Amino acid sequence: MTTATRKDFASDQEVRWCPGCGDYAILANVQGVMPDLGTPRERIVFVSGIGCAARFPYYMNTFGFHSIHGRAPAIATGISATRSDLKVFVVTGDGDALSIGGNHLIHAMRRNANLTIIMFNNQIYGLTKGQYSPTSELGKVTKSTPFGSLDHPFNPVSLALGAEATFVARSLDNERAHLAEMVELAARHQGTSFIEVYQNCNIFNDGAFDAIRGNQANQIRLEHGQPIRFGADHEKGVALGRTGQLRIVDVARAGSEASAGQPGEDGREVVAEEDLLVHDAYRDDPGLAFMLSRLAHTPHGPTPVGLFRQVSRPVYGEQMQAQLDDAVARQGPGDLGALLAGRDTWTVE
Amino acid sequence: MDTKSVQRVDTVTIRFAGDSGDGMQLTGNRFTSVTARVGNDLATLPDFPAEIRAPAGSLPGVSGFQLHFADHDILTPGDAPDVLVAMNPAALKTNVADLATDGTLIVNSDAFTKGNLKKAAYDANPLDDGSLDRLRLVQVPITTLTVGALEDHDVSSKDKQRAKNMFALGLMSWMYSRPTQPTEEWLRDKFARQSEIADANIAAFRAGWAFGETTELFAFSYEVHAAALPPGRYRQITGNQALSYGLIAAAQRAGLPLFLGSYPITPASDILHELARHKHFGVRTFQAEDEIAGVGAALGAAFAGNLAVTTTSGPGVALKGETIGLAVSVELPLLIVNIQRGGPSTGLPTKTEQSDLLQAMFGRNGEAPLPIVAAAAPGDCFDAALEAARLAIKYRTPVMLLSDGYLANGAEPWRLPQVDQLPDLAADVGFQTEPNHGDAFWPFQRDPDTLARPWAVPGTAGLEHRIGGLEKADGSGNISYDPDNHHHMTELRAAKIAGIAADIPPLELDLGWDGPQARRGAGSELGGRAEGTGPSGNGGMGHPDDPGQPRLLVLGWGSSYGPIRAAVRRARQRGARVARAHLRHLNPFPANTGEVLAGFDRVLVPEMNTGQLRLLLRAEYLVDARGYNQVRGQPFTSQELTEVIMAELAELAELAELGEEVPA
Ligand code: SF4
Repeated sequence: MTTATRKDFASDQEVRWCPGCGDYAILANVQGVMPDLGTPRERIVFVSGIGCAARFPYYMNTFGFHSIHGRAPAIATGISATRSDLKVFVVTGDGDALSIGGNHLIHAMRRNANLTIIMFNNQIYGLTKGQYSPTSELGKVTKSTPFGSLDHPFNPVSLALGAEATFVARSLDNERAHLAEMVELAARHQGTSFIEVYQNCNIFNDGAFDAIRGNQANQIRLEHGQPIRFGADHEKGVALGRTGQLRIVDVARAGSEASAGQPGEDGREVVAEEDLLVHDAYRDDPGLAFMLSRLAHTPHGPTPVGLFRQVSRPVYGEQMQAQLDDAVARQGPGDLGALLAGRDTWTVE
Repeated sequence: MDTKSVQRVDTVTIRFAGDSGDGMQLTGNRFTSVTARVGNDLATLPDFPAEIRAPAGSLPGVSGFQLHFADHDILTPGDAPDVLVAMNPAALKTNVADLATDGTLIVNSDAFTKGNLKKAAYDANPLDDGSLDRLRLVQVPITTLTVGALEDHDVSSKDKQRAKNMFALGLMSWMYSRPTQPTEEWLRDKFARQSEIADANIAAFRAGWAFGETTELFAFSYEVHAAALPPGRYRQITGNQALSYGLIAAAQRAGLPLFLGSYPITPASDILHELARHKHFGVRTFQAEDEIAGVGAALGAAFAGNLAVTTTSGPGVALKGETIGLAVSVELPLLIVNIQRGGPSTGLPTKTEQSDLLQAMFGRNGEAPLPIVAAAAPGDCFDAALEAARLAIKYRTPVMLLSDGYLANGAEPWRLPQVDQLPDLAADVGFQTEPNHGDAFWPFQRDPDTLARPWAVPGTAGLEHRIGGLEKADGSGNISYDPDNHHHMTELRAAKIAGIAADIPPLELDLGWDGPQARRGAGSELGGRAEGTGPSGNGGMGHPDDPGQPRLLVLGWGSSYGPIRAAVRRARQRGARVARAHLRHLNPFPANTGEVLAGFDRVLVPEMNTGQLRLLLRAEYLVDARGYNQVRGQPFTSQELTEVIMAELAELAELAELGEEVPA
């Protein structure tokens, strides 16, 4: 048997996103990761709701279910809870996942159903032609908010961490290697994995992520076990202040004039490399991951990307199966006749 | 002391009523259990408040339990109780009007304190003011007697007072010659870990019995002989229990794992509770975050190859509507169980109504037809669930299964089915394993007979496919916005459901023969398990000029089955000629329905709504059906329906005399 390739995971359906949409890159990326997972395509299911991103399952040559607005996590939970042999993905968008489907999203995560949720965040409603979304920045002027939006946006990573997700990551549509790495890590995770992918909607919200999408210097790459550094020259970093707040700092350079403890360029504090925060993605306590997620509430300046947190917790479907197995071990397989009769019968001659 | 004489009676209806903290449901259930064991036929009607703990002694806090038992087959929980046990003034006030004219009223006189009278909004004590003169009033200081009987028991005074319901049970058990042994055993078992409490309750129970035996308040006790039910093994069952068992049985007979996605709601939650207990049958229960997720997870489970179910009541169905529409569109088997309650909105959560028929029929956007099956009696919920599952699996469609609060909580003796004679649903499952269109798999290539599409579950190599709520091209299932295709697919979906009419039994007409077999043979009449011969039917082919042919048809659906049958029986006992039929399938209707209706001068449709089935019948068959419609949160009494039937007949006779055309 020949090993599968990216092509084996592409369906025969014509892809119909707007030319230039970030969705294309994500699709190619996910299709590319599939062969590496080693899961045969008949055991893979893509479930989606409504929105531009939700067309995704049609383009995957796997099992797929394009459902209704916001409900994909619930439908996918029903699939994964009853079929531990399947690898179930949910493809969703910021409106689908965080607005109409917010309830299902948070409950899927707290249950730790075995799902990989890839949320395309373009900070806009694309399919309905350009209304503001729950991740749109405050004051966003759109067709439905001609005088600017009033709703404070969600930070999806903070939300996922708060909802007890066991795997939370962020990546960008155009960072091929990084996105592939996150998707693969997420797909291999046992339980609910949540990836926020910054995705450019070139029609209704072009350039929303320019501050970091086109500028790697603003991507704070989180790497487990590494001091958190970023910038064109890795000259900046993240440190924990005495008040328990995370701060963006300048990293003291050998031979540089500014020394640790002194304000450097832009008035930023300068911190020695060994005093930078070392990222610990596997820490049980979600506090630090949450603080990292707050470094940028919206992606308009230095913004963390990568794996925020991954912890292990029992998987919902497996626990469900274990309860079934336990019951059979204790009571034997169900006997329908005995069930119907119950404990109290009488006979009429 | 002489033992009192025992009088034989053939039918009795008693009601226990008290504060919701008085343990009336338990008392009623206990009495029911023993009564079932004695071999009486019976039917029960619990009536509890919507509030879990309304203020003690208040009118909204009254909880009641009515039980009808007899030495012959009965069809309803009884119209007016012959005996009312009222544990406090509030219970008296809310229940006394229902008591039969010469009924016996037993009150706990201890509870008629100033404070309790005030809470029940009584200005004067009704026990003294003559207002109860029409009744046989028996005042028993139940609390005092109970506490006195427990003097030597080492339990708190609160527990002593609490045991007063067992005193009442003991008294009623004496009055109706119920065996005491089973209740005592049951109390031992229930309080196995608190033997003092068990002892106290048993002592109270015995004290109640002894009081009846010795007091001069009662001249005699009664006995009700065993009923002549069809032979077999019986148990007592409630509608929600029977429905849960029906779902498990359907899954077993289909060879599928059962998945329930549900969100707690009155009066459906007991199905979730019941199914959650039977994991060794491979039953997965999922308490979802909301109603929508309950049906969503179920639909996902259906896609994954489970017998998938969601259970709820009307408000939940409203929330699930979009997902049910998706299930119609993707054509997957799914059961939606609606235990109807009073509406609109939150309405009357603990009261019964059959007002969600039109919601079941039309409560979705677009043209989204689905089969509707309704249960007729508590035990019949079992067969109705099996039938709903059969249709869902065979036709790859969501099916709405309607029950209601009356069936859900009502209990009756149920003859155990033979497991190996239950319908075999496995053949209808037939998961797709091979491509069906050359080398390709077309998820919407239909079976030419049933128009059902293949069910290809994830994990089947070569059958990878995508489904969704967008319109699909006929056959291939690819997204299609083609106008002709959409029209064609809409027709195909409708034809698939309409075609089910050929796969369900014809509407059976009961023209007069109404023996005891008929009731246990409800399965046959309602198109479920065939049992016995059932009522004779001629498919409505009787000629209108035939003097033997009744001119009035009473047509019902759902839980009004029992009251309608009882009323028709009474009317016939009064010499009336009246036909009766009951619909198990509400969509599609049985193929002969129009023909049956056309055979009568008048069709009367009693419903606990404002005329929903009537509307459908009129639309479908252009028949001027008459309604009898009440939404009081309670089932019809057979008495009121009898009067309605007699009035209709009188009007028909009058019209005939005048030689006028009867508007048909
Ligand atoms: S509207 Fe925006 S998100 Fe949607 S397909 Fe077009 S570019 Fe992509």
